[in-house]
Amino acid sequence: MQYLRNVATLKLNTGLCTGCRLCVIVCPHAVFEIENKKALIANIDNCMECGACALNCQFGAIYVKSGVGCASGILNGILNNTEPTCGCTGTGAKESSCC
Amino acid sequence: MNNSFDYSNIKPLTLAIPSVSAKWTGNDFANAVKVRWGIGRNNSKITPGIYKIGNPNSQSDIFVSANYKLSFDILRKNLNAFDAWILVIDTKGVNVWCAAGKGTFGTENLVRSINKNSIKDIVTHRRLIVPQLGAVGVAAYKIMELTGFRVIFGPVRASDISEFVKAGYKATPGMRRVDFPFYERAKLIPVDLVYWKYRLIAALFVVFLFSGLDRSGFLFSKMFQTSLFPVLNILTGYFAGIVITPLLLPVFPVRAFSLKGALCGLIFIAILNWFFIAPTIERIALGLIGIAVASFTALNFTGATTYTSLSGVKLEMKWAIPFQIGFAAVGLLLFIISKLI
Ligand code: SF4
Ligand code: SF4
Repeated sequence: MQYLRNVATLKLNTGLCTGCRLCVIVCPHAVFEIENKKALIANIDNCMECGACALNCQFGAIYVKSGVGCASGILNGILNNTEPTCGCTGTGAKESSCC
Repeated sequence: MNNSFDYSNIKPLTLAIPSVSAKWTGNDFANAVKVRWGIGRNNSKITPGIYKIGNPNSQSDIFVSANYKLSFDILRKNLNAFDAWILVIDTKGVNVWCAAGKGTFGTENLVRSINKNSIKDIVTHRRLIVPQLGAVGVAAYKIMELTGFRVIFGPVRASDISEFVKAGYKATPGMRRVDFPFYERAKLIPVDLVYWKYRLIAALFVVFLFSGLDRSGFLFSKMFQTSLFPVLNILTGYFAGIVITPLLLPVFPVRAFSLKGALCGLIFIAILNWFFIAPTIERIALGLIGIAVASFTALNFTGATTYTSLSGVKLEMKWAIPFQIGFAAVGLLLFIISKLI
């Protein structure tokens, strides 16, 4: 399943990439592939901006503005004038996901 | 000289660690059901710390878990053939993925818990198996730097753990992917249904009230006589948005959730209209409100999905929310007009 096209903020600086594969391992949506010992963004529209790749790329080759893709979280953020926060307690609807 | 020291009180550290069973009891099942319906959600916590499953020794694997009871239970159930350690970190009773997003299932907390539980004295190896979705909060290279432990990201689903370990800690691409199949979506519906109950009741009350409107004022008896169709419109929109849209998510040929919901609402409200006789203006008025409800509740399902991005939802909300408010406002206005002409 894919969400809206051409919106993900994901960026890769191939110059910094060492081909360590960790982004491929942590990404839950198979966004990255390795080709010629370098990562490449193969399916950007799959990206849900979870931020796992950027956090785990120790060479700083990945940028993504991460956050929760959750409408009520964003509404809460707007109403409280904060970053989008999800009111999730980690239960039920939030079992396999966030918010 | 008195050197009678009571040796019976000295135990190796590893004996003092609580042991858990891989089997689920009736209570565990009851808890799983309750959680799905949002009952007693805050009681589902495990005390953070180190646990053992089977008879682990200093060579056994350590699996890291959140202290959300259901996460922990699913993990221990899938470790039934293992002798292993489970390191439960304090995520305030929130599951791994969500806690990782919030930072409680994160590098700092994991380091603290490795130190606090003297993990280095319990095992001689230096590997930790962290669920892949924890990578949102745990930076493997920092754990290595700070503690010397090598983080191995395990599969997304606990049910793949045994195969993952057998394959020499290697996950197939399928084990790394988060999907969102029908039963996963179905599981999420009860909580959402319950979650919006007060707003639903408020909306139902508003249409019920306005059903009794007349040029002479609000008539109580008219409310009872004519509110069935309006109330059913709202309920149809609500069920279309909360139940049907998530279930048939991939069926609607649009990507935006608000449009999926609106489309679903339109279809079901059209069906509803087929069973009722009402003036055209009232049909349109209530249809608009019902579609707005369906669209809004479906948009909120983005919070439960496993693939929507922040940028995407923000973009969608920018145009969808004004439309939903517009639909509901115009609908209500037309409904009032239909009562006065
Ligand atoms: S984690 Fe960073 S360095 Fe490693 S392959 Fe991915 S982009 Fe390259
Ligand atoms: S942000 Fe998440 S979904 Fe997007 S590429 Fe990185 S790991 Fe994959």
